[in-house]
Amino acid sequence: MKITLNGEIKECAEGITVENLLDLCKLDKNRIAVELNAQILSRKEFSTQVLKEEDTLEVVTFVGGG
Amino acid sequence: MSGVVNIEKKENTRLKIGKYEFTSRLFVGTGKYASLETMAEALEVSGTEVVTVAVRRVKINESTSLLDYIDTKKYTILPNTAGCYSADEAVRVARLAREAGLSDMVKLEVLGNEKTLLPDPIETLKATTILVKEGFTVLVYTSDDPIIAKKLEDAGATSVMPAGAPIGSGQGILNKNNIRIILESAKVPIIVDAGVGTASDVTIAMELGCEGVLLNTGIALAEDPVNMARAMKLACESGRLAFLSGRIPKRLYAKASSPEKDF
Repeated sequence: MKITLNGEIKECAEGITVENLLDLCKLDKNRIAVELNAQILSRKEFSTQVLKEEDTLEVVTFVGGG
Repeated sequence: MSGVVNIEKKENTRLKIGKYEFTSRLFVGTGKYASLETMAEALEVSGTEVVTVAVRRVKINESTSLLDYIDTKKYTILPNTAGCYSADEAVRVARLAREAGLSDMVKLEVLGNEKTLLPDPIETLKATTILVKEGFTVLVYTSDDPIIAKKLEDAGATSVMPAGAPIGSGQGILNKNNIRIILESAKVPIIVDAGVGTASDVTIAMELGCEGVLLNTGIALAEDPVNMARAMKLACESGRLAFLSGRIPKRLYAKASSPEKDF
């Protein structure tokens, strides 16, 4: 199935959760925030939220800024 | 002691930003440093307790992270909404920043023009109202216009942060009179944010009575960022002390420091 992660289309296994995806991408869950289809997802939902075809994920973190 | 007039001493209290308290009055940004190692050293030397960060898409497979170089137990993280040009965008970024779980503070910045990076006052006010309602500690970047500064305070901003000069311009405090007018009626901490080029700019802001200064480029792009960080720290402390000490009024003519010659 195809999802969009930060603007790029990715091929994922069916039934994958947000947490699985973050782990696959080696992202530290304590330093990011996630939007699923334009809705903020709380950290405790990462492990239960199953992704489906055409979901759009935005994963953000902190970078240098003033 | 008899005969000594007891002048009420202004005490150098800690800076209060809503529920937060800080000893250092210098807020330092984390952008534009030549390396993250230099940034970490500059932050340390500056004595800052509050560092600003931006929110951006995570880069998959990038091994180094800004937060590897910032001790979040030591520094309070102040995420900004830099690069947002509408209230909606800024509110979205602020919510994401809070969800990342390091702080409920936000440096709200809603820009109106790409070339000047001046704030859009209407969108800024809209976003302030929304974020205050959602329980954020809002530190809001604004121009040095006293009317909009007051409106942002009335909307519930925890701190109002007028620009001394355009972001990254290094021109210092261009309109001291406006900053004075803002300070005169402010009931929340006023922090000069943006435009600081060198140490004396920080001192001027603090001498005027600002509660703090936020800067980034002035340190990050100095030839020697670490020493400039130290200069900014000293300048901030000097300016604060001078403000608390009550400067002499300016006079048009001279006034001798030595007694009149009497022989």
